[in-house]
Amino acid sequence: MGIELSERVQAVPPSGIRKFFELAEERDDVISLGVGEPDFATPWRARTAAVDSLERGQTSYTANRGMASLREAISDHVGAKYDLAYDAEDEILVTAGASEAVDLAFRAFVNPGDTVAVAEPAYVSYAPGVTFAGGEVLPVPTYERDEFRLTREALEESGAADAEVLVMCFPNNPTGATMREEHLRPIAEFAVENDLTVVSDEIYAALQYEHEHTSIATLPGMRERTVVVNGFSKAYAMTGLRLGYVMGPSEAVMGMNRIHQYGMLSAPTTAQHAALEALESCDDAVAEMTAAYDRRRNFLLARFEELGIECFRAKGAFYAFPEVPTDQTGDAFAEDLLKAEGVAVVPGSVFGDGGEGHLRVSYATGLEDLREATDRLERFLD
Amino acid sequence: MTASARDALLESLLENARYTTEDLARMTGLDEGDVEAAIAELEADGVVRGYRPVVDWESTDRERVRAVVEVNVELDRETGYADVAERLAGYDAVDTLRLVSGDYDFHVEILGESMRDVSAFIADEVAPLPAVTQTVTHYAMTTYKESGVEFGDGDDDDRLSVSP
Repeated sequence: MGIELSERVQAVPPSGIRKFFELAEERDDVISLGVGEPDFATPWRARTAAVDSLERGQTSYTANRGMASLREAISDHVGAKYDLAYDAEDEILVTAGASEAVDLAFRAFVNPGDTVAVAEPAYVSYAPGVTFAGGEVLPVPTYERDEFRLTREALEESGAADAEVLVMCFPNNPTGATMREEHLRPIAEFAVENDLTVVSDEIYAALQYEHEHTSIATLPGMRERTVVVNGFSKAYAMTGLRLGYVMGPSEAVMGMNRIHQYGMLSAPTTAQHAALEALESCDDAVAEMTAAYDRRRNFLLARFEELGIECFRAKGAFYAFPEVPTDQTGDAFAEDLLKAEGVAVVPGSVFGDGGEGHLRVSYATGLEDLREATDRLERFLD
Repeated sequence: MTASARDALLESLLENARYTTEDLARMTGLDEGDVEAAIAELEADGVVRGYRPVVDWESTDRERVRAVVEVNVELDRETGYADVAERLAGYDAVDTLRLVSGDYDFHVEILGESMRDVSAFIADEVAPLPAVTQTVTHYAMTTYKESGVEFGDGDDDDRLSVSP
């Protein structure tokens, strides 16, 4: 008699991305446009700060909420950059990646049977996270005709008025969609009218190419009902250091901290030192990486246009979300493309039903590889 | 051509001056004719002064010697820094020449076939100049980084090939 897994775990299927990972691992000439993390290394100053902290022997736990100096730096940074005002003392919690922050939010705000509306296509962790927390997922579709922005109409049609929590992520993984203030305003009004708690995953906030970032938490009536999740993984190319943070009203953040203090104690100390340095001295590096992503984005979208592949002009993160250019499913197309030409992309259906018919193409890859990959794609389509 | 389009083009060329016009057009959103025109303009305005590869000579069979020479000068009524600079810059062996702040005046990088070549050049052409009062020559032993390019093995892309 082995160990029986809990019903919650059994209810969650393994990620659909796994199959493509395994296929891609089988050959050595694969160019992957299927990677969800930066191709840049962490800025050198942040790396040396991590090493310095190790050499100084700073290897113990920090405060549960994270180092005070880091929380203060985060508070200053988001204040200056995104017009968000959070008290470093009790409104900011440093977590082991933004992923932990999202998971904490579900566990802290969701009662068994509660409904969590998830704007889809969405990052793969939200729905399982809701399930693990005992909640029910209510998918709220976003559409290509709206450039994959979340709309009030979709919320209404999906019945999100009865939900307790809304999870949204803009700039979006997998679509690259962004939302300006004018797009966020109706969502905020809907949330206020229907008393929704909003988990706003803004991990890609720094990576936007055509307009500035607006956080939904800055809109009227939203601060008290929103937790904003962000982190260092994407903007500072620090994925492996596992460092994120969440900001929100004190009761919410302290509630999340209650789970965090038992489950995690504190986020990795070495990573916190790297993050502090990143905030203090790596703006130039972020600007350089952002400019490089923008060049690649333009390149990729131009190539899609040349190949007759329909793709809306994604304005954030490092993903394009083109339509499948054949009459196949995204899954079948991605598998054929990988087997025939060694180019890995991720079918949109991995990110929820609304992603079917699309492909997530990451441009967190050097231009040489992007050129070769799109040349192979051209050959494949011929 | 807007200033931002020109800047974007310049950034792309700084990343890799060998990008084709076609790729530069894709990256900047300009059409190819505009890219050609903008590059011509950058060249005509003296913004872009040239294009050359970053060569790691240690990886070739050719012997190349690089020396950094600190040059001190004494100016007089007829001779200014620009005059000395013009005189030095004319030599092919002078790869880079800058007027710098600090303990000496000119930072000169000399590229030659051998140490003897370079020494002879400094002794015969640089030191005897009337304005030059002192030279200090440093032979480069190993180059680790040049023009923003590191000469190490680089970091491997060790990311998972497909990730969410």
